[in-house]
Amino acid sequence: MSKTIEINGNTVDWQEGMSVRDAMKLMNYTFPMLVIKLNGTLVSKSDYDSTTIPAGAELMVVHLISGG
Amino acid sequence: MNYQDYFCERDPLAFPQWQKAVVGIAGAGGLGSNAAILLARAGIGKLIIADFDIVSVSNLNRQAFNLDQIGEPKVEALAANIRRVNPFIQLEIHCCRLNPENIPGIYAQAEVMIEAFDKALQKQMLIETWLSHYPGKPLICASGLAGFGRSDEIRIEHQNGLFIVGDQSSELQEGISPIAPRVMIVAAMQANLCLEIISKAQKDNT
Repeated sequence: MSKTIEINGNTVDWQEGMSVRDAMKLMNYTFPMLVIKLNGTLVSKSDYDSTTIPAGAELMVVHLISGG
Repeated sequence: MNYQDYFCERDPLAFPQWQKAVVGIAGAGGLGSNAAILLARAGIGKLIIADFDIVSVSNLNRQAFNLDQIGEPKVEALAANIRRVNPFIQLEIHCCRLNPENIPGIYAQAEVMIEAFDKALQKQMLIETWLSHYPGKPLICASGLAGFGRSDEIRIEHQNGLFIVGDQSSELQEGISPIAPRVMIVAAMQANLCLEIISKAQKDNT
């Protein structure tokens, strides 16, 4: 059985060395203003490339939109 | 009007917890003004509210201000409106622009924080500041509330104390403000969630 991760409740195949940026591309998340939490910890924008996702991880990706 | 008469017919378990609670609200626009009044009606003990802006005529389509308050600082106008509803609430208002330097201090006392900004960049700034200073404290944000209708697309997502209320898809169209009902639905869901979090936290402590 292949290893997976959860992104906003969707189960996605995990790949060795997969970065947060790779996961965003895979999901077609191209929004300009995102907040990403990896296993509960905030990943800042400058770390999207350098942060790798462990198998079984849970990602929360929030699309921030103006209006209030 | 005395305290006992004012706070009649309240939930015997939840209400005393809300009375002890301090809630932070960042922004006193469409979300913040409406959420603040709801929390005051429910019986939250203290609100800390900050906003740099003044009331303008374009705010009246969705924000809890009145025509005769145009030109007043929003936090002062809001405090006056809250006190007309609930004279017993403690209010701490800050007429200033929030930034990563002043947020931790202004809201140090808050046990739940409500993000009520307008701009996405500001929302992101608050989330990053809050999670780095107060990672354990609940933060209730709003994202995606433009337009009208589609009430059932508004939902809550959460992970480890970060809550997002909204549809996470409705972008503002150029020159068109958010519209009162959908803004107020999101503000009401933020306030409702805040009450729930406080009452659960108290239960977990006992």
